[in-house]
Amino acid sequence: MGGYLPSTQNERNDMLKSIGYKDINDLYKDVPSQVLLKTDLSIPKGLSEMDVRSKLDGIAAKNIAFPVVMRGAGAYDHYIPAIVGSVTSKEEFSTTYTPYQAELSQGVLQSIFEFQTMICELTGMDVSNASMYDGSSSAAEAAMMCLDRRRQQVLVSQAAHPETIETIRTYCWGRNVPFNTIPVKNGLTDVEALKSMINNKTACVFIQQPNFLGQIEQADLLNKVTHEAGAKAIMGVYPTSLGMLKTPAEYDADIVTGEGQPLGLALNYGGPYLGFMACKKELTRSLPGRIVGETKDNKGNRAFVLTLQAREQHIRREKASSNVCSNQALCAMMAAVYMAAMGPEGIEQAAALSFHKAHYFAQELTKIEGFSLIYDGEYFNEFITSCPIDAKQLERALMEKGILSGLVLDNTMLWCVTEKLSKETLDDVVKTIREVCLI
Amino acid sequence: MMLIFEISKKGRKSDYLPACDVPLSALPQASKLRKDPPKLPELSEIELTRHYTRLAKQAFGVNSGFYPLGSCTMKYNPRVNEVTASNPNFMGIHPLQPLESAKGCREVLDLAESLLCEVTGMNAMSFQPAAGAHGEYTGLLLIKKYHELRGDHLRTKIIIPDSAHGTNPASAAMVGYSVVNIPSDANGCVDMDALKKACTDEIAGLMLTNPNTLGLFDPNILEITQLVHACGGLNYYDGANLNAIMGKSRPGDMGFDVVHLNLHKTFSTPHGGGGPGSGPVGCKNILKSYLPDSIMIEGRKPESIGQVRSFYGNFGIVVRALTYILSLGSDGLKAASETAVLNANYLMHQVKEYFPVAYDHVCMHEFVLTLEKTKHDKNISALDVAKGLIDYGMHPPTMYFPLIVHEALMLEPTETESRESLDQAAMAFKAIKEKIDMDPDALHAAPLSTPIGRPDEVNAARNPILRYTSK
Repeated sequence: MGGYLPSTQNERNDMLKSIGYKDINDLYKDVPSQVLLKTDLSIPKGLSEMDVRSKLDGIAAKNIAFPVVMRGAGAYDHYIPAIVGSVTSKEEFSTTYTPYQAELSQGVLQSIFEFQTMICELTGMDVSNASMYDGSSSAAEAAMMCLDRRRQQVLVSQAAHPETIETIRTYCWGRNVPFNTIPVKNGLTDVEALKSMINNKTACVFIQQPNFLGQIEQADLLNKVTHEAGAKAIMGVYPTSLGMLKTPAEYDADIVTGEGQPLGLALNYGGPYLGFMACKKELTRSLPGRIVGETKDNKGNRAFVLTLQAREQHIRREKASSNVCSNQALCAMMAAVYMAAMGPEGIEQAAALSFHKAHYFAQELTKIEGFSLIYDGEYFNEFITSCPIDAKQLERALMEKGILSGLVLDNTMLWCVTEKLSKETLDDVVKTIREVCLI
Repeated sequence: MMLIFEISKKGRKSDYLPACDVPLSALPQASKLRKDPPKLPELSEIELTRHYTRLAKQAFGVNSGFYPLGSCTMKYNPRVNEVTASNPNFMGIHPLQPLESAKGCREVLDLAESLLCEVTGMNAMSFQPAAGAHGEYTGLLLIKKYHELRGDHLRTKIIIPDSAHGTNPASAAMVGYSVVNIPSDANGCVDMDALKKACTDEIAGLMLTNPNTLGLFDPNILEITQLVHACGGLNYYDGANLNAIMGKSRPGDMGFDVVHLNLHKTFSTPHGGGGPGSGPVGCKNILKSYLPDSIMIEGRKPESIGQVRSFYGNFGIVVRALTYILSLGSDGLKAASETAVLNANYLMHQVKEYFPVAYDHVCMHEFVLTLEKTKHDKNISALDVAKGLIDYGMHPPTMYFPLIVHEALMLEPTETESRESLDQAAMAFKAIKEKIDMDPDALHAAPLSTPIGRPDEVNAARNPILRYTSK
């Protein structure tokens, strides 16, 4: 097919001639003949748009998109207002590059500046960057940010998301930095264990709030221990929960990271998602990635630019604070439109609905014999229960009814409830589970 | 323009969520609740949408005009890619669904892997890296793992030519490697004598872009990769410039062991103002078992480098790239690369009438001008020319890169530009050249057609204002 080429073959032949060449391979004369392909790639010939759509639709049809999603564990099925997609599909936003040319890119730069401000408001922190790849890599980059010549050890709560733990572990191995996990006691990061592990070589301690088990951590105690040892406290947060729960700034965190997907991004089989990162003012110049700042133009008008670039790879090369270049800009815009559309009340409402519905469902589910909460601490919208039958069997049975169950962890289940599930749906799910477990 | 926070009025909102229909539970104890609500904007939907429409008018995308931003491959982003990727049966799939309910997603990844392996000459690929630099980092971790498992702990250096992207040395530092810089020779290619000297038993590998950032295909490529292999290192291919060679030549055949691709460059997925991209990493069989995995989906593979982010990476971007590859096919990919190279040479041929090319040689998909003389003689810099071009309705080329060229402007027209748009761009360069000869100072005021003039970047960095604070 055409490769979306505007020029015709005749035009291309003319162009080639006009610059003094006969054959297109004259332009490839530097390619040694041993590596110049003599035959076509062994992939199918191009398809028409009609055919390619039907092929992709056919592949998509092999998936099951569940009408009822009760699984979170790092990817959350929150309601996305229609306005989010409408704004971010504007071609001026979707087809533009990183805003290097400020004069041509004020719209993009201002939108990032607004995103940074919203992340600061949500988390309570002083400074935010323009975005990271996802929650896990953002956590890992935050840990790398804390390393210095003397402090080279990274501690991570074992109650953090398993993939976040794995990502931080990888980044530490890459930098030849010691990595350890802090054990969990009764669903919470063990404060006493942290005390015994932390020392004057510890660069930072990462905890997740609420943690992977759904529990609300004693972040004040944990961060206090961290600070007493002179290390930095990093908190990974679930942004929706901040419509209700105490902010990481109120817990005195130094750096905040998180998965921004709940802020208006679809599940999308794991991506594109959105990492966010915010910190205290004094750490500004160690932040990785793009940052937009406000300044004035040569006529005194307000203007926005990419700034503090002396941190970045294209200037500092091997001395840069990170190698981050492309990030998740359009996803950050989705999150910004989501936060602006929802407003303070809407975010509060999404948090409150998720909280109350999760607690209602937990209460109804644990009325069924054999389902009980594994941990007795406070939780937001995720919790783990036992399961009276083989959890995989329950998962399969619910799948047949169009319900994606809680995530199976050994023989327990990690359930998640968002505002999208009505009381009627939740009651139906409980009824279905009851039927399945009685058989 | 007003910030969204300055439009905000207390109490304005839209009703997106229903009232609570379950009995209320006791909230967590007060010490666990936030004190004040976040000061997010409060507006009606029409104010919101108009705000972003105003912002969109102050943005410039590929659909707005010619965008010859070198090394960024700003080709047309086909609309059908957006349609296939927005299928609810892709967008609504949870990453931790049982595999039997996500067979379509698996098929997308498997098919994209096999097609891209064929394009690059690799044996296996992971889509976990989220962008090009993330792919570089992942690829270097594969190299690190390879040496580590062989008990070869002395290899702590990476060879990188001085024309490389800044991400290359930054990625090397993130895996604890020090960088051995190799100068470019008189032809803009790898200096073979310097390379020979650098190849020791401390070398973990080489990172190379080919064609390089000057737009030149290194004719010594086979000798280069052989030298590195001979000293025990591995060869890393930075795929940023793959758009020149699809269906023409393959990194795997050139002697590279690991590559990353930028799906948001070569494979037409939109840049989105700086992401989301996708930086899949492909490798030869010797590195296959080290590829990153997802511990929750696949479990930990014993030799894997681990994870570089969550789940499968930017899946939605892979759907777009797959749509593109299937649309073009073997014939279309080859035609795309050939035309990208033709367009670059065609434009270079015209523009070099007005400004010298740094290395005057047949180019691949991009070429670099040097304005050193104009700067010296007329005090007109690459920046001035770039800003002047904006007033001709086009996005400027990449400025001041590669670093080895003084006053560099790097142009990559891509294959999706017509002959007329290339001719128009050449006319813009001609007009700027005339301005420089007649009234050079006028260019210092450019651009004049944009909502703002040149911003004060020094002040932005010295007194950073990084968020809005209500007065």
